[in-house]
Amino acid sequence: MADKTVKVHVSNLKKSFGKLEVLKDISMDIHEGEVVVLLGPSGSGKSTFLRCLNQLEIATEGEIIVDGNNITDKHTDINKVRENIGMVFQHFNLFPHKTVLENIMLAPVELKKMTKEQAKEKGLQLLKRVGMFDKADVYPNMLSGGQKQRVAIARALAMSPDIMLFDEPTSALDPEMVGEVLNVMKELAADGMTMVIVTHEIGFAREVADRVVFMDGGYIVEQGTPEEVIRNPKEARTIDFLNKVL
Amino acid sequence: MIAILQSYSSMLLGALGKTLLLTLLSLLFAMIIGMIFALMNVGRNRVLNCIGTIYVDAVRGVPLIVLAYFIYFGVPSGMKMMGATDFRLSALQAGTIALAMNCGAYMAEIIRAGIQSVDKGQMEASRSLGLSYAKSMRLVILPQAIRTMVPSIINQFIITLKDTSILSVIGFPELTNMGKTIAGNTFKSLQTWAIVGIMYMIVIVALSKLAKRIERRIDRGR
Repeated sequence: MADKTVKVHVSNLKKSFGKLEVLKDISMDIHEGEVVVLLGPSGSGKSTFLRCLNQLEIATEGEIIVDGNNITDKHTDINKVRENIGMVFQHFNLFPHKTVLENIMLAPVELKKMTKEQAKEKGLQLLKRVGMFDKADVYPNMLSGGQKQRVAIARALAMSPDIMLFDEPTSALDPEMVGEVLNVMKELAADGMTMVIVTHEIGFAREVADRVVFMDGGYIVEQGTPEEVIRNPKEARTIDFLNKVL
Repeated sequence: MIAILQSYSSMLLGALGKTLLLTLLSLLFAMIIGMIFALMNVGRNRVLNCIGTIYVDAVRGVPLIVLAYFIYFGVPSGMKMMGATDFRLSALQAGTIALAMNCGAYMAEIIRAGIQSVDKGQMEASRSLGLSYAKSMRLVILPQAIRTMVPSIINQFIITLKDTSILSVIGFPELTNMGKTIAGNTFKSLQTWAIVGIMYMIVIVALSKLAKRIERRIDRGR
């Protein structure tokens, strides 16, 4: 990984909600094309960390630099940076008043990245890629959870981001729908997308991650290849966690 | 009753028209006022939050009749003291301002509640795509909020329509004021007020029915 460019540089990140310090001191570099999976018990701060990467949570202290832009600096145009960071949420958050295709076209058209025609073409292309082409004109409430999440991934990809953040993308899904979403994510990873994923799918992490980061209590406890962290964890807390979930 | 209807029907209908005019004008401005203060209240800016809260509390804390007197009599006399001697407000202008301010405060609460009823994940999803706060509000949040707001807005419409009767105190020739005139001229209070009451009722029941219909239509569209 050392030869690849750093996409995201995080140094001494801290985040508090009132008196509660959720992230205590996080430093990490994420490289181009790298797939980073964040593991950890709930309350460990992994989702908060992920949400700091596009400043949905404003960092309390520390620095986050994305493609050379310091997003913790108030003067940075965060909207511009976010155009290059796609995000997929646990609860999909599709826009219920818009059709599947309109969901995907909204941002590129409003942000003048594409004309309506281009956005439509790109939208249909993306829907084909996630296997939802035939649902283009349907409203989200007609879709299953797995289908919604695939549309949400397509929507995030419509802005052609070069980083994708996934916040427990399969946690709200029925078990039989988890696979279809993970498959789309695997394809993305194979295409070289830089990805940061919060998930409880250990099997997926083992298969797809370049690096697994285990967090607990607002700190990074241990990180390394899936082989190192999942097969041969060194830290007691990691071992304890893996024993519970595997 | 027939006699009153025969001789005063055109005046009564004219007065009803004035009532509706006052209602619609007030409502239009109330929507604008309500939107402005609701947006102030849901944002993160403390100063704007504070201004919004003060407005809503102040206006809701004052009876409409006092507000109407204040604007119709108080404001022009205040202007005179400050040297603007030819400043005047017609009863329609003062009535519209008072009613719009009053209704605007309630409208602000309706719109605020509507905006806050939209799941916060919607704003996050929109912002994560790179859309600004304002664009997210306009394209994602408000279209969803309006659906939940429609029944309350129509309800407020009905309240405002009834509240126009209070403005008879500043001499605006709306329906209640016309009732006073007719009752005074004919000495037939029972019949006159029955007619006036029924006229209000017809309009309001028609509006409620329309509201039900719109609500059902929205529910189906969900």
